[in-house]
Amino acid sequence: MKANTPVERLYNGIIKENPTFVLVLGMCPTLAVTTAAINGIGMGLTTTVVLMMSNLFISLLRNVIPDKVRMPAYIVIVASFVTMVQLLLQGFIPVLYDALGIYIPLIVVNCIILGRAEAYASKNGPVSSIFDGIGMGLGFTLSITILASFRELIGAGTLFGIQVMPEAYEPATIFILAPGAFFVLAFLAAIRAKMQEKKPEKERHPVHCMEGACASCSNKSCSGKFYDNTEVKK
Amino acid sequence: MKELLIIGISAAVVNNVVLSQFLGLCPFFGVSKKIETAAGMGGAVIFVITLSSFVTSLIYKYLLANPRINMQFLQTIVFILVIAALVQFVEMFLKKSMPALYQSLGVYLPLITTNCAVLGVAVINVQKEYTIIQSTVNGFATAVGFTIAIVLMAGLREKMEYNKIPKYFQGFPMVLLTAGLMAIAFFGFSGII
Repeated sequence: MKANTPVERLYNGIIKENPTFVLVLGMCPTLAVTTAAINGIGMGLTTTVVLMMSNLFISLLRNVIPDKVRMPAYIVIVASFVTMVQLLLQGFIPVLYDALGIYIPLIVVNCIILGRAEAYASKNGPVSSIFDGIGMGLGFTLSITILASFRELIGAGTLFGIQVMPEAYEPATIFILAPGAFFVLAFLAAIRAKMQEKKPEKERHPVHCMEGACASCSNKSCSGKFYDNTEVKK
Repeated sequence: MKELLIIGISAAVVNNVVLSQFLGLCPFFGVSKKIETAAGMGGAVIFVITLSSFVTSLIYKYLLANPRINMQFLQTIVFILVIAALVQFVEMFLKKSMPALYQSLGVYLPLITTNCAVLGVAVINVQKEYTIIQSTVNGFATAVGFTIAIVLMAGLREKMEYNKIPKYFQGFPMVLLTAGLMAIAFFGFSGII
């Protein structure tokens, strides 16, 4: 597939470099809002809109922003769009606004967005950057919706609020509580490890937080490897 | 005083920032290999969050929520910039005037800038309409909760080094499972308040 075409960007975001399952980025919202499938879709689409718009603007401004202050500039752009989206949600979809709560303003510090800004939008043209944003956003939406559906199905016996499990099924409530999020993701991460193993060496992706390999993630908070190699002087 | 104590206990253990609110997961997974580094990270987080929740609530109360200005909608942008600037400033200040403290906390400081727990606490303070003192206590207690969680996790991971773990569960999946079990244990605190 030819690089940087819209279709290639969508494929890349949704399948090849899926932000949740392949790159393992943006863990906070992934674990926090996946208690019900509808929240997963809501969070995913909200992030997609922010990602698309911030990618577009960063790409348009990529020759204007001086290199030294690019991080603060990106953060301001992202934060502006997050604020807009937050106000729109509050005005038009208050139910979702209440369900997502503080995780809406926290989209600002989502690794995926700053990561794409640094790794893609700051180096490529506006059209392919928009599609990169849409692809990554949809990849994120798809994976957290799958995760949320699974948790909702086991934890509450419903799917998008509709009862699907038979009456006799006793829901394992733990799955929609905090520990369930960790357990579900743990099994997904194990499956991911198995799938990654089949790939040739250079196509493998490390778990970003664990390896500290935040190459595509300029969010410095996850450079874990850096610390463990740094000797702490007393 | 009693109210502050309740806010503190609630933020530190009952609604633990990592295990029940899922904030600050990246450092929680990435920096929990050794107890020593985990404690260092915890110290830096306590320092930064306490300071940042004081400063952000001050700015919110007297600048953004000031009836003559009334620009609450700018909170996300203002908070993230204030936090980023604050961390840079603290780093420079420590380097110049307290080299000993800088040696032990300094390496962690630049890595906290966009830790979502820092912004999260600032937003929670606004949402719950805490006063400045309450916000500072909430920030401090939240960070203490983070430190408790990360140090416990590091202790568990040091022990786990000697265990036989199924191949595909090594590393990240095992850490997630451990975090899940810790989250169940922390449910025990929910009866306190």
